Amino acid sequence: MSAVDRRFGPYGGQYVPETLMPALAELEEAWVSARADPAYREELSELLRDYVGRPSPLYRARRLGEVAGAGREVYLKREDLNHTGAHKINNALGQALLAQRMGKRRIIAETGAGQHGVASATACALLGLDCVVYMGTEDMRRQRPNVERMGLLGARVEPVHDGARTLKEAVSAAIRDWVANVETTHYIIGSCVGPAPYPALVRDLQRVIGDEARAQVLEQAGRLPERVIACVGGGSNSIGMFAGFMDDRDVSLIGVEAAGEGIETGRHGAPLTAGGRAGVLHGAYSAIMQDEDGQILEAHSISAGLDYPGAGPEHAWLRDSGRARYVAVTDREALEAFERLARLEGIIPALESAHAIAWALANPDSELDVICLSGRGDKDLDEALGALGAR
Amino acid sequence: MPAGAERIAEAFAHARAEGRVAALMPYLMGGYPDLDGSRAIGLAYADAGADLVELGIPFSDPLADGPVIHAAATAALRSGATVPAVLEVARAIAERVPVVVMCYVNPILARGVERFADQLVAASVSGVIVPDLPFEEASELRAACAARGLALVPLVAPTTPEDRLERIGAAASGFVYTVSVTGTTGERTGTDSGLSAVLARAAAHTTVPVAVGFGISTPEQAAAAAAAGADGVIVGSRLVRAAGEAQNAPRATGDLVRSFAGALSGASLG
Repeated sequence: MSAVDRRFGPYGGQYVPETLMPALAELEEAWVSARADPAYREELSELLRDYVGRPSPLYRARRLGEVAGAGREVYLKREDLNHTGAHKINNALGQALLAQRMGKRRIIAETGAGQHGVASATACALLGLDCVVYMGTEDMRRQRPNVERMGLLGARVEPVHDGARTLKEAVSAAIRDWVANVETTHYIIGSCVGPAPYPALVRDLQRVIGDEARAQVLEQAGRLPERVIACVGGGSNSIGMFAGFMDDRDVSLIGVEAAGEGIETGRHGAPLTAGGRAGVLHGAYSAIMQDEDGQILEAHSISAGLDYPGAGPEHAWLRDSGRARYVAVTDREALEAFERLARLEGIIPALESAHAIAWALANPDSELDVICLSGRGDKDLDEALGALGAR
Repeated sequence: MPAGAERIAEAFAHARAEGRVAALMPYLMGGYPDLDGSRAIGLAYADAGADLVELGIPFSDPLADGPVIHAAATAALRSGATVPAVLEVARAIAERVPVVVMCYVNPILARGVERFADQLVAASVSGVIVPDLPFEEASELRAACAARGLALVPLVAPTTPEDRLERIGAAASGFVYTVSVTGTTGERTGTDSGLSAVLARAAAHTTVPVAVGFGISTPEQAAAAAAAGADGVIVGSRLVRAAGEAQNAPRATGDLVRSFAGALSGASLG
């Protein structure tokens, strides 16, 4: 049996070109060895503390709680306060250190909102590694400040012109690069998607969010939350958050996907909520958006980080097994929550995270919520203010 | 007439009997530039001396393909190509030469492995290549193909280690598709100097023929691949590019196939 989860129920697996199979085996082996190595763990936790600023605070949002209903306690896990402004740095640093152990000096990454690209570029600058980030040109337009940040950090941003020119195409382009350069290159995938061992590897590196949040809420509220809520694109902040509470059977785990213009319009990014036949995208069997013929559909969300027609295989299994529940929030609802949190708490959330806030506000039947505020919204100002102004 | 994997074996044997140093297997994208056009191109390949034809089923997210074949897939889908429509093209070409389809795994799963295999048989297809279905994930399709006499053609890469080659080679049917380079499909200059070693490694672990593809774009490279020990040569992106550029795609691609066939029959047997 493998030491790393390759399947989650029927989901997961390794649906990739043969060229990559040895690299996946090598990566799995490197991860098993690294996570058992005190030197690796110490190096990572030192960087997470001194460089990223962990633990990130768990903040009780009193005004948000009051708006949501009398007596409600709402806590925000402040991943937006991490260095680079999102949870993505937890994974990027862990994988960059792993690449260094494997002797790979060239890093590739994909990015949608730009947060994972910035995190990867940052980790590479810190460790002196070469970095190439694939990004769809539509996302480059939406997330211009992050494109400039990556350049400043010394990464090369490779524009992707295929298809809808968003996250799906960026992942495909990164995988093609990896196929061609696999012997010298490590691919830092940004979410809990892709072929095994990536979904488990990314979850392991992100579970610091959930482990911290659990200890913090016990200390601050004196009890476990009724609900843990996080947005789901590929699903890395949510899987990290959920992992910390997985064995607490009374804690509801809620993943909030992008309903875009509405699930019924087909223009969304909510494969888990919409249901439908599972399939293979980017190397894993999971919940995906596809047509009758098995062609992958284009997703739609105002939030570039949720604009993806797939989700991590572990999420698909958590849905089927009933351990987690998946819901979806429209562009409009997310925009309202974006503005609301800014006015109520003085916190501008990433549009991705605003989906989780929106669902919690609309569903007040809980006394204690912990919501993952996965990133900050500075990157989204143009897009969000434009959309808010247009209403 | 033999069918399935037997028909593939016969095509390789026939090429050898005719004195060719390797069987020629040109590739085309089904539905590109459109369905009728791709049928005409496939038939032109048969006229021009192809021993087998590899027919691509377009997929929205082809991870193993370079820019030329990717763009052709996108264009084919835009012009309305579907899996059943491309299998109709396969049926027409299979009246002349054996057809092996290349299909990514998701369109196969979308209709179910058993049903897909039935559809291949109904279209007189001889075998299937699935570029994103490595050995470990292929047992269900392997069984479905074996039950129908179809070949499930595995890929091996320069990065494939010995123990995997052994497992892949032992289970191979039809032929082994050796990827000549570490990378995606696409035209390249020259031939990798390590090719003969890769081919020899593959051949040592299997009883079926060993063909080579990815990056073969000139008749000289095809002859060099045969000299390096390939039993079959696959030419893809060069032909797909011609299909997109030429006024008369069947004639232009047919002429190219003829030049590749010439290089394989003219090459010295040593």
